[in-house]
Amino acid sequence: MTATSEPDGRIPPALRTEALEQLLTERGLIDPKAIDKIVTTYETSVGPLNGAKVVARAWTDPQYRQRLLEDGTAAIKELGFSGSQGEHIVVMENTATTHNVVVCTLCSCYPWPVLGLPPSWYKDPAYRSRMVSEPRTVLAEMGLELADDVQITVRDSTSEVRWLVLPERPAGTEHLTEEELVPLVSRDAMVGVAKVAAP
Amino acid sequence: MTAPLDIDGPAAPPRSNGELVFSQPWESRAFGMAVSLAEAGAFTWPEFRAALIARIAAFETAPPADQPWNYYQLWLAALEDVLAGLRSVSAAEVTTRAQALARRPAGHDHAGDDDDRH
Repeated sequence: MTATSEPDGRIPPALRTEALEQLLTERGLIDPKAIDKIVTTYETSVGPLNGAKVVARAWTDPQYRQRLLEDGTAAIKELGFSGSQGEHIVVMENTATTHNVVVCTLCSCYPWPVLGLPPSWYKDPAYRSRMVSEPRTVLAEMGLELADDVQITVRDSTSEVRWLVLPERPAGTEHLTEEELVPLVSRDAMVGVAKVAAP
Repeated sequence: MTAPLDIDGPAAPPRSNGELVFSQPWESRAFGMAVSLAEAGAFTWPEFRAALIARIAAFETAPPADQPWNYYQLWLAALEDVLAGLRSVSAAEVTTRAQALARRPAGHDHAGDDDDRH
């Protein structure tokens, strides 16, 4: 496939991006190597793993759980996770009777330092609007059937508040250690569109 | 989008979510540029976020018939908006440079089948 030059405004985004990167580099505003590093960091080391560690700690350390629910930002920082976009994280606990699910109706606010980059569906207009109007239906479509007596609360992320869901610890995991629990915690569970399943 | 909620699996392990974060390399470059510029203080994150919200809102109000929904395309447009507002880089400059890049020999084409590119 060959990128073609088209009238104004019809230039493929790949070419516009490359052009912009060249211009910014020439003007000393960015360093391509720094961009590489940012992308790699967000793709690998900043990811759901950080959030999973937070959740596993909360499941195994009641005092940490308490601190996490009282001041998410500070408790997450205890584990060494903070940075751009993650300054104000509020943690909500899912239980057998209450279920929190996170959305950002305006754009794509998301607790990046703990969950990595948002998945594509999180940014989709349909998810953003329908999760607010019919959360039970949307969750069911995503594979999470909740009983009618479970109260669902939709949390709308903003630049001030980034929500993180503390999922329910699944039954049958009482014997597992914190380290063994970490890989069970999925990003979807921390957004509130899934539950954590026992291994 | 025809299947906006189509996901790979509800409980994929944390390090392999089974989902491409960036569908194309340019998306990751556009992402990285905005983060880098904000970290360097060229603009604040709320400024960029406001531009992004404006672009998304404009798209949703009147979806262009010839442009399918692409989050990072709006992200890129927002980045250009902010940079143009700061008089750092104008849209015309980007267009001119992109047109020059498009005239490269096929072997050097960005969109070619160059496996070395990440």
